[in-house]
Amino acid sequence: MKDPVIYTQLDRIEGPLIAMLLELSDIGYGEAVQLVDKQGRTRNGRVVLMDGEKVTIEVFQGTAGLAKENMRTRFLGRPITLNLDPSIIGRRLSGMGEPIDGGPPLAGSGRDINGSVINPTARAYPQEFVQTGISSIDLMNTLVRGQKLPIFSSSGLPHDQLAIQIAQQARIRPDLSGHTQDLNDSSKELVVVFAAIGVKHDVAVRFAEEISGRTVSFLNLADDPVMERLLTPRAALTAAEYLAFELGLHVLVILTDMTVYGEALREVASARGDVPSRKGYPGYLYSDLAALFERAGQIKGKKGSITQLPILTMPNDDITHPIPDLTGYITEGQIVLSRDLHRQGIYPPIELLPSLSRLMGDSVGEGYTRNDHLPLMEQLYAAYARRDEVRMMSRIMGEDDLSEIDKCYLKFGKQFEQHFIAQGAGENRSIEQSLAIGWQCLSRLPVREMTRLSKEELAKHQDIWQTSSIGVTD
Amino acid sequence: MSAKITRISGPVVACDRSELFAMGERVAVGKISLVGEVIRITTEFAFIQVYEDTMELKIGEPVAATGSSIMVELGPGLLTTIYDGIQRPLITLQQQSGDFIARGAAADALNRERIWQFIPSQCVGASLSAGSILGTVQETAAINHKILVPPLLSGRLIYLVEEGGYQLSDVIAKLKTDKGEEHNLYLYQRWPVRTKRPVGKRLTPDLPLVTGQRIIDTLFPIAKGGTAAMPGGFGTGKTVTQHNLAKWCDADVIVYIGCGERGNEMTGVLTDFPNLIDPATGCRLIERTVMIANTSNMPVAAREASIYTGITVAEYFRDQGLDVALMADSTSRWAEALREISGRLEEMPAEDGFPAYLPTRTAEFYERSGKVQTLSGEVGSVTSIGAVSPPGGDFSEPVTLHTQRFVKAFWVLDKMLANARFFPAIHPLDSYSEYAAELGQWWSKLSPQWQQDRDQLLRLLMEADKLQGIIRIMGEEGLSDHQRKIVMAERIIKEGFLQQSAFSPKDRYASPEKQALMLQLIMRRLNQMLDDPSPAAEAVKKFALIELIRLKDDLGSDESDKILSWQGGS
Ligand SMILES: Nc1ncnc2c1ncn2[C@@H]1O[C@H](COP(=O)(O)OP(=O)(O)OP(=O)(O)O)[C@@H](O)[C@H]1O
Ligand SMILES: [Mg+2]
Repeated sequence: MKDPVIYTQLDRIEGPLIAMLLELSDIGYGEAVQLVDKQGRTRNGRVVLMDGEKVTIEVFQGTAGLAKENMRTRFLGRPITLNLDPSIIGRRLSGMGEPIDGGPPLAGSGRDINGSVINPTARAYPQEFVQTGISSIDLMNTLVRGQKLPIFSSSGLPHDQLAIQIAQQARIRPDLSGHTQDLNDSSKELVVVFAAIGVKHDVAVRFAEEISGRTVSFLNLADDPVMERLLTPRAALTAAEYLAFELGLHVLVILTDMTVYGEALREVASARGDVPSRKGYPGYLYSDLAALFERAGQIKGKKGSITQLPILTMPNDDITHPIPDLTGYITEGQIVLSRDLHRQGIYPPIELLPSLSRLMGDSVGEGYTRNDHLPLMEQLYAAYARRDEVRMMSRIMGEDDLSEIDKCYLKFGKQFEQHFIAQGAGENRSIEQSLAIGWQCLSRLPVREMTRLSKEELAKHQDIWQTSSIGVTD
Repeated sequence: MSAKITRISGPVVACDRSELFAMGERVAVGKISLVGEVIRITTEFAFIQVYEDTMELKIGEPVAATGSSIMVELGPGLLTTIYDGIQRPLITLQQQSGDFIARGAAADALNRERIWQFIPSQCVGASLSAGSILGTVQETAAINHKILVPPLLSGRLIYLVEEGGYQLSDVIAKLKTDKGEEHNLYLYQRWPVRTKRPVGKRLTPDLPLVTGQRIIDTLFPIAKGGTAAMPGGFGTGKTVTQHNLAKWCDADVIVYIGCGERGNEMTGVLTDFPNLIDPATGCRLIERTVMIANTSNMPVAAREASIYTGITVAEYFRDQGLDVALMADSTSRWAEALREISGRLEEMPAEDGFPAYLPTRTAEFYERSGKVQTLSGEVGSVTSIGAVSPPGGDFSEPVTLHTQRFVKAFWVLDKMLANARFFPAIHPLDSYSEYAAELGQWWSKLSPQWQQDRDQLLRLLMEADKLQGIIRIMGEEGLSDHQRKIVMAERIIKEGFLQQSAFSPKDRYASPEKQALMLQLIMRRLNQMLDDPSPAAEAVKKFALIELIRLKDDLGSDESDKILSWQGGS
């Protein structure tokens, strides 16, 4: 083994990066590094560029206070790792995975936090319906076990509350799908892996208090080192993979706030002089985010699963900003929160039109939820989209000049938002309840508008229209 | 003395002794021999893009030349197989290293053990030109694989095995060239991915690739041997459309490239295709499919290569006289891989950080599709359909703009339609196809007034679009009765004809007959309504137009004969 400690002089210090000239050829690309400065303070880093004798290191705790002289550097001969064994459950760790709960150091074997790629042939296609108890998700944008479904939010919106509610209520309904292999297993609660990436202290406290049960937390708070944020989701996902694929548990990973993560990445990229693409973010932002989000899923022959619920705040409420945009291109849908609904006092303020669950098509309907699920969802979407058009028109010319049918759409929209989308922060609706409310809302519209529903489905729910106050039928 | 690594920056590595290497050469990087390709040579250094993660490589590790470029193996065993971007079979990798892909894994692209039943179709003594057919192997129930003399090789056949079972490593024939050299021929051949395979001559694409999607086949068709691109923001339906085409289009062979997209989407193909039946052949869809999966989290250099691996495989099947359709989802991710490598080489960026050669490379890729007469005189084609993922859904970005210049069908996916769950979200006014005029004749055989109906349908959509502008300002009150009828017609066309759900059992695939007859019926009824003296609302009821919307989901393609007499169900 090489002598791991070397004393050296730094060649450059620039932003989060330091460069040194070394004769040593024994350093691996991506290797973990420990640096001790003159004051004896330890920092961590990793090798990001090697050019001849020059080694460039990214320092996670920043370079403030570092001087060129007298740096004690240790190359660890391995990538950055996290030690894992079953005692990880219940632990509270820093953004780098070091205990901050006063407990003992982590035990178990170390695992490279960068993970490896799941072979697409080894994946099991996610198809298990997860009931979150929230109508706008369960009926309209179904969450599936093993999915990565982010919440696109904005500052000041109740995304934390929504994520907590999902974590508390999510469960599998083996009684619906005759598909679940082992009923006992699925009734067990989820293990939550929570990664705070540059969020405020009170947010972290709130998650800690409200998510009961088995949790592992990785906390990089707003005043913690910026570069460490690059490690936090990686450490969290490494723990999740261990819990899911080695211990066979169903894991829900909450990553918040991915926008802050992206900003940290931009900071290193610009220090490195990488060619920027949009808004100064590096061209590899897509691949970098994908390396995190693709760590969700299920593997054939393994019992556990990783479901990801990343949260991001859209700068300026702009969904085309690179972070939400690239996230949307990688994840399997998105739940978008709306400032407008929030102002109207509607909770959860889920804006349905831009929201999407891509795995829903294959995971609802007969054998999964109920056979009217998909057509009802499509009909509600079509009607709600039409309501938006009508509303735009009415804003220009006033409601009075609208046709009868257009007025019906406005009424439908109101009812739908107040009774279907809106629900209590503790209200846990079964999928059957959500379906029933969905049908009820449709009855505000004339039957002949129901072009997405088959005659048979309509016949089954005829009575709703008969008792409907609206009375417009053919 | 071999070359040594001098620099490591992400997927790009440099080594000394640049005189040892050639541009485009395949090299083995480091002690664990990662696959790389030489992409730049300077006086001192050779720069290499590495097709695997470079973590843990060290300065001073060896780089070895191989003397050949990046090649693919072409022969029986391609179909039903899923590869990564540099043609490593993923199933074999899984057997070797488990559920996660290990670095430095190596495996033959084509199975060497398997025995194939070869039926020769030549006689010893025959004088064979390049690309001639030596015989056949029934590779899957769907495809009878023709074994070809490799391009660039010709001569007299001096040895040919008899009919029987052979492995890929068996010499099945020997060819003596004019110069007297002898060449062994096998059931498979190799070809460098970045070079297009030669053809006899190029022909004009003049037959439709029937996709079973009405908005494509009827409004914006693509010809066999044609090119199409599909730009759209996230969630607008690029992948679902690509999957639909891969499932239902009437090509003989499908090459599906998942280029920098989701792992689960490839798993979806792997789970669906073995269970779906090709309406044309009755065989399982997987039997005509080759898959290439270099997902978003796999190394970017291999993502860059995946497109070339795919198109080379497509050309090879084309050379057997087959119609091949290639789907690349998404070409934007390929362009981004180019950008990343270019950035690591510190090249001068052009637009948005993309290298200046982006348009050239894009053109080269699409130019490899086409309808051709093969070297052996048969007719084959490669149809290329690329998805484009513009950042922020903004179509004025470089990849969309350059792609648009080199393709002839352009299917624009619209966010608003997708948000309203109106699928396929192909915008009926912004999209176009330069093949439409040519392919009209083909459709006229199914319905004599097809061309007229289609043109009128598009005209109605355009007129209605203008009227929507008036409605937005003045409400429907601002319209004349005739204009209201046009707006009504638009709704029937969109909901009754253009809309087609990938999840509707009876409508996810619409045969050409179903499409032609639906078009005929709908246009007939709309014309009756437009010509009728009664006011709009009444006329809509009189001709049961709303009922027409349900027709598509009520009658499957096998019930097309009932379409013209359809009375609105139940
Ligand atoms: N033809 C269709 N029929 C029914 N639903 C569809 C259709 N096309 C798309 N969808 C719906 O839209 C969702 C998103 O489609 P898709 O995954 O193809 O988008 P995309 O354009 O490939 O997005 P990305 O660029 O992020 O990969 C699908 O999950 C499906 O629910
Ligand atoms: Mg897609």
